Amino acid sequence: MTAALLVAVMQVVLVAAAAPLLVGALRTLKARLMGRRGPPLSQPYADLRKRLAKEAVVSETTSWVFRITPFVLFASMLVAALVVPVLSARPALPFAGIVFLMYLFLLGTFFLALAGLDAGSAFGGMGSSRAVAVAALAEPTVILAIFALALRVDTTNLGAIVERIAGHPLLALSPGHLLAFAALFIVMIAETGRLPVDNPATHLELTMVHEAMVLEYSGPYLALVEWASAMKLLLFMTLLANLFFPWGVATTLTPVPLAIAVVTLGLKLTVLTVFIAVIETLVAKLRLFRVPELLAGSFALALFSVMAVFLLR
Amino acid sequence: MTARLGYALAAVVGAVATVAGIAGVLGATWSFRAPALVPLGGLELSIDPLAGFFLAVVGLGVVPASIYAVDYMGGDARGLFAYLVLVVSMAVVPLAANVVTFALAWESMSLASYFLVVEGGAGPRASRDAVDAGWVYALMAHAGLAALLAGMLTLTAATGSTRFADWMVAAPALASEARLGALVFLAAGFSGKAGLVPLHVWLPRAHPEAPSHVSALMSGVMTKLGVYGLLRAGFEWLGVIPAGWGAGLLVVGVISAVVGVLYALVERDLKRLLAFSTIENVGIVVIGVGAAVMFRAADLGPLAVLAVVAALYHTVNHAAFKGALFLGAGAVVHATGTRNMDAMGGIIKRMPWTAACILLGALAISALPPLNGFVSEWLLFQTLLQNTEIARPELNLVFTLGLAGLALTGGLTLACFVKAAGLTLLALPRGEGAACAHEAPVAMRAGMAALSALCVALALGPTAVLPALAGVARSIVRASSDTAIAARGPLTVHVSGDFASLSTVTIALALAAGVAATVVVLSVLGASPRRRISETWGCGRILQTPRMEYTATAFSNPFQRVFDFLYRPLPAVDIDAHPESRFFVRTIRYRNETRSVIDDWLYGPIAAAMRVATGGVRRLQSGSANLYLAYILAALLVLLVLA
Repeated sequence: MTAALLVAVMQVVLVAAAAPLLVGALRTLKARLMGRRGPPLSQPYADLRKRLAKEAVVSETTSWVFRITPFVLFASMLVAALVVPVLSARPALPFAGIVFLMYLFLLGTFFLALAGLDAGSAFGGMGSSRAVAVAALAEPTVILAIFALALRVDTTNLGAIVERIAGHPLLALSPGHLLAFAALFIVMIAETGRLPVDNPATHLELTMVHEAMVLEYSGPYLALVEWASAMKLLLFMTLLANLFFPWGVATTLTPVPLAIAVVTLGLKLTVLTVFIAVIETLVAKLRLFRVPELLAGSFALALFSVMAVFLLR
Repeated sequence: MTARLGYALAAVVGAVATVAGIAGVLGATWSFRAPALVPLGGLELSIDPLAGFFLAVVGLGVVPASIYAVDYMGGDARGLFAYLVLVVSMAVVPLAANVVTFALAWESMSLASYFLVVEGGAGPRASRDAVDAGWVYALMAHAGLAALLAGMLTLTAATGSTRFADWMVAAPALASEARLGALVFLAAGFSGKAGLVPLHVWLPRAHPEAPSHVSALMSGVMTKLGVYGLLRAGFEWLGVIPAGWGAGLLVVGVISAVVGVLYALVERDLKRLLAFSTIENVGIVVIGVGAAVMFRAADLGPLAVLAVVAALYHTVNHAAFKGALFLGAGAVVHATGTRNMDAMGGIIKRMPWTAACILLGALAISALPPLNGFVSEWLLFQTLLQNTEIARPELNLVFTLGLAGLALTGGLTLACFVKAAGLTLLALPRGEGAACAHEAPVAMRAGMAALSALCVALALGPTAVLPALAGVARSIVRASSDTAIAARGPLTVHVSGDFASLSTVTIALALAAGVAATVVVLSVLGASPRRRISETWGCGRILQTPRMEYTATAFSNPFQRVFDFLYRPLPAVDIDAHPESRFFVRTIRYRNETRSVIDDWLYGPIAAAMRVATGGVRRLQSGSANLYLAYILAALLVLLVLA
């Protein structure tokens, strides 16, 4: 019991602490691929520190919704860190299903979108409207990919899925599995606001999605929002890595497997980070009204993965 | 004063209905017969778990709506009698035990709500819109009643009894033609009342026109009586119906859910938006009913029970949050004098209580954890995910479609209610009415708060509610005692053993702990507590005005672009330029109307055909009394010859 609690706390702290590093690594890698030197890896930490120390400017138009949103968003990511099998295959919240995880992410989206509308500027509204559109259209893909996985292992419990697949490593290479991975990868790109759906580096108002929505935030509020976004990226990548390639995930709560889990997770995330950085370097941002086509493509992949699992049963 | 007492009386009726209904759910049985009161079998009422559940839903909806009405109607006695008739007849529908009782209650429910729609509650005379809405409503309600009576009389002819209990006994031996005929008519009649696509056309017209407490009842409760009929007919009157019908129901549910929420998304009228979202939620409930029919046909009793439980839980959840939203919307409309969201905004500072209730309702209806909408949608997802127990690929495909449709609906609902709550409540007021809005009086707030509290109770107490609902579901599925759903300990619900589990109390505590941890993290990291109140940033322009805000139309524009095949929008820009030069623009008017595919393509041709047919019939109507006497004579002769 105490060991489980300890691992749970460790997992949350690890996710919160490592998230800015992941963002920094992604930025640096992209810069190198584009032939620039780029900021140091620790830049996101420095940004967070600077923002935490600054005063917050709050629009007089806003209400309490605007002020509680960063807290709700950050809290939902902390809870998500208890749901995703980051280190151990037994997440701290035992009833954690992947359906719950998706709705937990939507909770953050809901509040951010409201906050975007609260300041009464056109940018915020534009960002909110686009963000909820992307989130809504990504949902069917998520549930079908889950279905493809649940078909295999007879549960939607994340930990149980990881354990079963870890027990049969060849499962990870079946066509249904790979298609579901591709579908969820596209959803991750869309939900975490990466290229080609949204450009995290842009500050051109008319093309922004996430950045437009959080435009009014400053100081510690902005720090919380950015930190939570980084955690979402980390959690999504971890989910993909551990759900589809669960090698190395600890099945017992003892120090040696946990240490192995940390190292393998680091390796898996590095591979995924390089992959994302290469994609972001190669593609340009899609026009907003082409994004639904991309998401429809991911839906088709998820549907194929369900069919593949059915046919190959 | 009498009006206030009348609404208080309605609240008491609702409380009695709730208590009686819960007793029925827990297994109390009771019946009442008055053979002499009406012909053709007499008045007959009885309660069983299913009737008890729907009676409780009626009661839970009626109590807050009636309390709300005490201040909302402000002592105005107009419509009070119709309201009382509506309340009583809604309570009688699930209790009715034979055809006559059922038909009387059903029809008085339709008529009472028709009067409330036409009455409108606003202004000395009924508005044109309300009369049109009432006309469409009356037409659809009576077509529905005709279909129901046709179905019921088919069963009466086949079984020789008008009592529902006799139908249940005779169901297994029913001839297949009689079963099919009754099924078609009953399904059409009940889905019309439930508001399923394509029989929904009356719903978004009629619900918004009624006074808000009636809208809440019509959306939250009355549509559910259609679901009650589907359950009663599909599981008891007709025996075990084939899986194909379940697949059909599931597909209709998915279409209703997706189409309902898509039309809600582009709506600017707040109450119409809520009415469209009712279609969506009834669709979600019917997805569960369809899944249950399929599981039962495949002899998978526990899963059928699970599907019915999910449907019932969503039924009571929707009554709670849609009731809260409609009452909240009513308060806002009352205070601002408009239903157009483009003229609202800033309500959260002027009506903090109402705003809090609307926000809670929006969170719940968007199925966000840990609120009640999440529990029922989660249950439904877990039910549908287990479809592989049925080894028929074509049905598995239907289930897969259901899963995808339900997920899309979930995402679109979130977007829809970000829009509804955000544009109504937040930012600066965009109209004069919104700028000088005041908080609603105490009885209205009490009604909304009661429904919000019900949402929270249903969210945190599934371990208490679900076993009772499983009992109701078992009573109609007639499965053996084992169920796929079980509460282990006071907090956690398990579905199909270890397939999935949920504890909303833990989720709520974890989220609260997360917020507390965030506060601690901020103070540990030495976050600056300084805060400056300033203007919204706007690229350097001087003054912020409400005209710079995003509007409801703008917010739903991405959806309009993506789903334009469904909306077929008609954007039009009228520019009125000075006659001397086209560069001196005097006014620009932009319109962007959406059309309804179903109205245009399905009801348009039907209405046109009806017009042609009635034009032909009109030639018979000369106005001459002699000719009419001749018609009567001719009809009599023809009948005598036929007899």
